[in-house]
This record gives sequence, structure tokens and C-alpha cells, in this order.
Amino acid sequence: MKRRKLDPAAATANFAKGVDDRFQAATPLRGLLNKVFPDHWSFLLGEIALFSFIVLLLSGVFLTLFFDPTMKEVAYHGSYLGLRGTEMSGAYESALNLSFEVRGGLFMRQMHHWAALLFMASIVVHMARVFFTGAFRKPREVNWVIGVVLFLLGFFAGFTGYSLPDDGLSGTGLRIASAIMLSLPVIGTWLSAAIFGGEYPGELIIGRFYIAHVLLIPGILLALISVHLGIVFKQKHTQWPGPLRTNENVVGERMFPRYAMKQGGFFMAVAGVIALMAGLFQINPIWLFGPYRAAEVSSASQPDWYVMFMDGLVRLMPNWQIYFGDYSLPPLFWPAVVGLGALFTLPMLYPWLEARKLKDTRTHHLLQRPRDNPERVGIGMMALTFFIIATISGGNDVIADKFHISLNAMTWAGRIGLLILPPIAYYMSVRICLGLQQHDREVLAHGVETGIIKRLPNGQFVEVHQPLGPVDDHGHPIPLEYAGWVVPKKMNKLGALAPAVKGFFYPVEKPADIPVSPAPISSGEREEISSKS
Amino acid sequence: MSTAHHGGTGTPVDVNDPKLTRFDIVKEGLRRDDIEIVTYESQFQGANSKAEKRVVRNISLLFIISGLGALAFVVFYIIWPWRYELGNNRSDYFTPILGGTLGVSLFALGIGILAWAKKLLPHELSIQQRHGDPSSDEERLITGQTMMYVADELGVQRRPLLKGAIAIGVAPLGLAVGAPLVGGLIQNPHKDKRPIMYHTGFDKEANGGKPVRLTREDGSPIRPEDVSTGGQLTVYPGIPGGATNKYADSPTLLIHLRSDDAATARAAADSDKNGRNKGSMWGNYVAYSKICTHAGCPASLYEQQTNRLLCPCHQSQFLITDNAQPVFGPATRRLPMLPLSVDDEGFFVATSDFKDTVGPDFWERP
Repeated sequence: MKRRKLDPAAATANFAKGVDDRFQAATPLRGLLNKVFPDHWSFLLGEIALFSFIVLLLSGVFLTLFFDPTMKEVAYHGSYLGLRGTEMSGAYESALNLSFEVRGGLFMRQMHHWAALLFMASIVVHMARVFFTGAFRKPREVNWVIGVVLFLLGFFAGFTGYSLPDDGLSGTGLRIASAIMLSLPVIGTWLSAAIFGGEYPGELIIGRFYIAHVLLIPGILLALISVHLGIVFKQKHTQWPGPLRTNENVVGERMFPRYAMKQGGFFMAVAGVIALMAGLFQINPIWLFGPYRAAEVSSASQPDWYVMFMDGLVRLMPNWQIYFGDYSLPPLFWPAVVGLGALFTLPMLYPWLEARKLKDTRTHHLLQRPRDNPERVGIGMMALTFFIIATISGGNDVIADKFHISLNAMTWAGRIGLLILPPIAYYMSVRICLGLQQHDREVLAHGVETGIIKRLPNGQFVEVHQPLGPVDDHGHPIPLEYAGWVVPKKMNKLGALAPAVKGFFYPVEKPADIPVSPAPISSGEREEISSKS
Repeated sequence: MSTAHHGGTGTPVDVNDPKLTRFDIVKEGLRRDDIEIVTYESQFQGANSKAEKRVVRNISLLFIISGLGALAFVVFYIIWPWRYELGNNRSDYFTPILGGTLGVSLFALGIGILAWAKKLLPHELSIQQRHGDPSSDEERLITGQTMMYVADELGVQRRPLLKGAIAIGVAPLGLAVGAPLVGGLIQNPHKDKRPIMYHTGFDKEANGGKPVRLTREDGSPIRPEDVSTGGQLTVYPGIPGGATNKYADSPTLLIHLRSDDAATARAAADSDKNGRNKGSMWGNYVAYSKICTHAGCPASLYEQQTNRLLCPCHQSQFLITDNAQPVFGPATRRLPMLPLSVDDEGFFVATSDFKDTVGPDFWERP
């Protein structure tokens, strides 16, 4: 029998034909390959969150293979001598075994924890980018809301996650969570009893948190992240204003190959950084905390950083209890329930509030430089300042201890700072934005300062300005319109200096000739500038 | 397929023309997708330039480093002693080695791919039209009418019996789905005759009417002389499992006050407004619940000089010599006091349960 020769090219073509016959894939696939993405470093902050989430899913699946979410008391017999013979919950024992008896288990646990911290951090930075550049404006309000929900879900994913090992520190966090539930008016005790299955701590909570942490929350996260990305894809990414860029187009590069390669490379780099941190920096050494005991806690009990703002608000809250006859509302209710609720609902509403204030119903695909909307920057800085003070106050005992400051003074500084500093931040950032706007306008009107001082015949000294555009008959620049994009403010931005020579350790190309005069100027009289003068 | 597609501007080309290069065909696709390539230029002057070769060498080096790192990861993963042992030994370096090798491998691969994309691929600037226009009024009208027609087809408006049947007949199914979830979780916190919310392990009634001893974590009872002057001890109810998390509200701090402080404390306790703390001290000894009335953390940092008890979670401070009233921080309520006595054998007992409710505050707390 004669063997038929396999022609790879023909086989591939046949396969592709078969796929297109069945799925009509050719046209949409071409559209995907050709899709143009605008490029700017700040658009990659959200990617870090996405990549950390992928690392979280992968490392998390590994951890579930060894973790046992039971609260049955067992005696520890593992290889960590410090706890041998100690009574502890099965969850804590399996978390210890995961760290000590599983080859590479500690590495995976630390990778999971660092990825979670990075996930939340990159979400915050990404949200700041979206906020300050106005990327949340119509038509992207819904995606902004989804982003806020993603932060909230990440918050709960993190809390349920670090509660699972049932160590001394996480048990304290659980206790506070139960107190927060108890603080709710009317339903408090019922809610706590429902979630803990009776009196705190009960024997169910770790199992319930486990299913929430490995199935419910990540399931919703995954679904919402898909919607988030789908909307970005459908609405096409925003872009900065600039040459060729309009509200109706996208200027950048096609998704394949260059853009996709950059994404892939960036994913590897993010995963690499997480792996380095997981190997080199210890995180959550649960064996030092011991099993959870209701009577034991140490000072410097801090939650993960993204929960610290809430802990800080709880610390700063004065002890104001409101009484209604036989009933009362504990002060814990305000920072932990109302505060958390407000911190999530107000940002969600912001896109509509701003549009209403500015009577803005247009569609925006071009970003705004922060300085071009000073009030927004002010509000954002106000919120960030509030968040940062609350977060710092979440660790005020550590600061008091390390810097030998009175703890009460730290609390009072936080209380006063929380009220006074945000308005100051608002005022300062609005002023800075206005100043930056002013400077942009100045350069557009008068040109770039050259640093050349000229003496006029009457003895007056003037600085020579390089106009950015055409000049009138007297040699004065005709003021240019602000285009919403960077205004060059240094002579080397106009080509007054030779371009940098390529090569890191030694030059791979010849240095370019030094230009005799800077950027070409159209016509009319102009000041002669020489780089050698 | 030679006719132009949606949105394409410019002149279409015949893609079957054998004279076309592959890039020409790509450009025809871009035209149909309404994309214009404005600049597209190689980053190097001429193919195989010195600069290009150098970049290729560097990228290859990065890929090789990545492979070596991954290989090192696997080798160390297999051969390095990994089991935890006490003291400084080689197993301490297992996790750092894993992180270092894997991190370097992934990072080098990432930088390599990035360098490939950024340095080797041609620089391009493309413009794609957004086509973000909303649907035309006509389209909106058609879709709206279609949806209304769907409602017409169902004819619920015309058939009021169906409407009623849905409301009465089907709606309970939603409740049936929700009921097990809610019903299974709901627990009445007040259902016991003596709700555990208001009682701790020191409750005499639960111990057959016998006063409960104060014990250490290991269950051993405590004599007054076991606590030195100015000292303090965490005590638990002397019942089975009294020191476990089952009695999470029971941990108590037994403090042996100096005699002058004790006098102050006794005066404060005896002149207590609602009289609950009256006569609860035994000698110079006083016992307060360790569970903070703010958020339930153990208030465990006792400052001997000032007789203040600090909760490390939110820094509430309680003045022990004044009925453990909160003097700073977010706590509103004093720590509940445990009435002390000494039994016939000379061990500490609690003459009754705490007089106030232990633990964080809630709406209906008496």
C-alpha cells in the first residue's frame, strides 16, 4: 500500500476551512487580530490585577488539595516543634501541614497571599488612574461600578481567605467580624447567629468561609472580571488626546502581534515578581501566631492592608452609643457598617453625580489630564487622603510603639486628621491643578523659556522665549489653543538637544550631529538661538 | 467575497490577484475593518544590521536564562532538603530558592517577550474608527415594538385569570427556593431558657448550682497566694472544656491589686451606681471579663503602674480601679466584673456569673 504524503500546509488549510464552515470564524477572527489598542503605561495597571487574579486561581487550586476546613480539635504532631502537642482546630493543623509537610507548600501559600495583596493594590491604583483621568465618564459608568464591586469582592475574598487558617490572628479578625454583625440594629444577634450557626465561634464558620472563599466569591469575581473585560473590548479602550486622536477613533497598534506579546510578557513579569516575593519575603507566618484562643491576642494585630482602613476607622470612632429606651446602637456600627457602605456606594454614584453637576451627556472616549478637571482631582485626593489616614490609623499602635509616641496621641491625631486633612488635600490639589493649567497656557501664549537672557538697548533684561507656533509681524507668538495634551516646556522637547544614543553599556549607534538651532520656526522675525551661545 | 464589507473606505483590491504581497492582503483586511496604518517601519536600518543582531542575542540570552531558572527550580525542588527542622539548616533556604529560581525564570521570560515586541517588531501607528454610534431611532423602535409584541403574544393583559394565577400560583415557588436557605441558617439567639449570649462558663446554674472554680488553661484551680501582688492571671471556668473556644466569652483576668489600689477599687465597686459590682472583690483580688465590650478581642495588656487594661485590637482602655470603666478609645461599656470568693479548699470560685453581659455590644443587650 502506498503511503499518502501529508502536506502540512494543505492540512492546515483544510482544518481552517472546516472550522469556518462550522463556526463562520474567519471574519470575526480577522477583526480580533486587527483590533487596535491605544498604548500608555497607565493602561496596564488593571492588567496587574488581572494577572494577579490568574496567579491566585492557580495557586489557590493547589492549596485546596491540602487544606481541610474543619474546626474539630486535634493535637498537633507535625514537624514544627514549637506547637507539638498543642490542641488546635483541624483547619489550623492542615494549614501548618501545608506549610511544613508539603514539598513547596509554603512557597505556594506565600505566593497566594502575596498575589492577593498585589491584586488589591493594583485594583486601587487602577481605580485611581480611571478616576483621575475621567475614564469613568459616559459610556463607561457601568464598568466603573463593576470595578468598585470587584474591589468589594476582593475585600471579602481576602477576609474569608486569611480567616481560613484559624490561627491566633485570623480568629481575632473573625471575632471582630462577629462584633460588627452584632452591632447592626434589630437584626444584629440574628445575623451573627445565622452566619456562625449559633453562638460565636461555633464549629461551622471555617467550613462556610471555605466554600465562600473557594467557590462563591471567586465565581462571582470571575464572572464580573469577564464582563469587565468584555465591556472594555466592546466599548474600545479610552485614549489620551494627542496628534491624530479624536473622540471617534482609536490610535495605537493592532492587537497581534505586538500588543498581545507585550501583554504576555507583562504577565510573565508580574508572575515572576510574585514568585520572587513569595520566595524571599515571609508573609503571614501562621505558626508564630498559634491556634486561635479566645483569651489570647498579641499587640500589633493588624489585618491585611486592604482591611486596615476599616480597622483604622473603628479605632478612631469615639465611643458614642445611642440609646433608644431598652435598646442601643453601639459605636462600632458607624465606621464598620455605615462607613464601609458609604465608601463603596459613593464612588459607585460618582460618574452620574459628576455628569449631573457638569450637565454633561456627551460620550467621552478621550481621557482628561487630571489638571483639566481640578474639582475631580480635589475630590479624589480628598477620598485618598481619608483612606490613607484610616489605613495608617489601622496600624497606629505599631507606629506609637516604634516611634515612641503616645498611643492616645496617635488616636487623636487620626481623629483630627480624618476631619481636617481631606479638605486641605482638596484645596491644595485644586490649586496645584489650576497652577499647572496656568503654566500650560503661559507656554502656549509665550513659548518655551530658553534660559537665554538678552539685554535690550535700553538696559532692560529679557528672557528669550521659543514660540511653539507661528508669530505675528512683531515677532510675538500667536497664542495657541490648548489641545488637552502635554505642552512641551523644555527646549530639549523641541529637539534642542541631540536624541539619546542607543545602547545600555556602550553605544550601538553613532551620536547624532548636534543641531545648530532648535525646532524649525515658520516665518517672520524671530530671535536667533544658538546652542553654543 | 470581493465586495467591500461594512465601513470600509478606500478602494477595494482583488485579493486573488497573484501579484499582491501578503502585506497587501493584510492591508485589504485592515481596510475592511476600517483601520488605517499610518506608520509602519522597521526599527533597524536594513535587515541583519549590527544593532538588530545584538538585540536578537540579548533576547535569546533572556530566554536561555529563563530556561535555566526553570530547570534550576525543578532540580532544587527535587534534591534540596525541604523538611522543616529546628535550628538553622539548609532546609531554611528551600522556599527562597524556589522563589528565586522561579521568579528569575518567569521574569526573564517576561522581559524577553517584552523586548522582542518592543525592540524587534516594526513600530506601527494604526487608526481604527470607533463606530460607537448608538442604534438608529428606527432600530430602537423596531426592537421596542418587538418586545411589546412578545408581551402581546403572551396576552397576560387580556387574560386576567393567568395574571392572578401567576401571582398566586407560581410566586410561592420563589419562596420555596429561598426558604431552605434562610430557614436553614436562621437560629434564634434567644431560644434557650438561659440564652448563652447572656451567660458564660461561670454560670452556677449550668454547674448544678455549685459555684464554678477559677482555673488555669490546664484546668488547675488557683489559690490566692498563686497570684503575686500587682500580678495578673488569665483564668477560665473550671468546667469540662472551660478553656476551649466553646466558652469563648468566659476568659477572665484575675488581678491581685496593691493594697492602696485595692481600697480605691473596692470603694468604686461598692458605690457602683446600679449596685451590681457591690461586694464582688475578694480581699485585694478583682476579676474582670477579658472580652472587650467593643469588638470582643481579649483586652490583655495590663499596665501595672496605672491599673489600666488595654485592648490591642482597637486600643480601648479600661481603668481597673474604677469598675473597669472605659477611659479611652471606642469602647462605651465597662468590663463585666466576676464576683469572687474562696471555697472551703482555699481555691478561687465565682459566686455567680458575670452581672453584666459579656462581650461586644448589641441592640437588645439588657
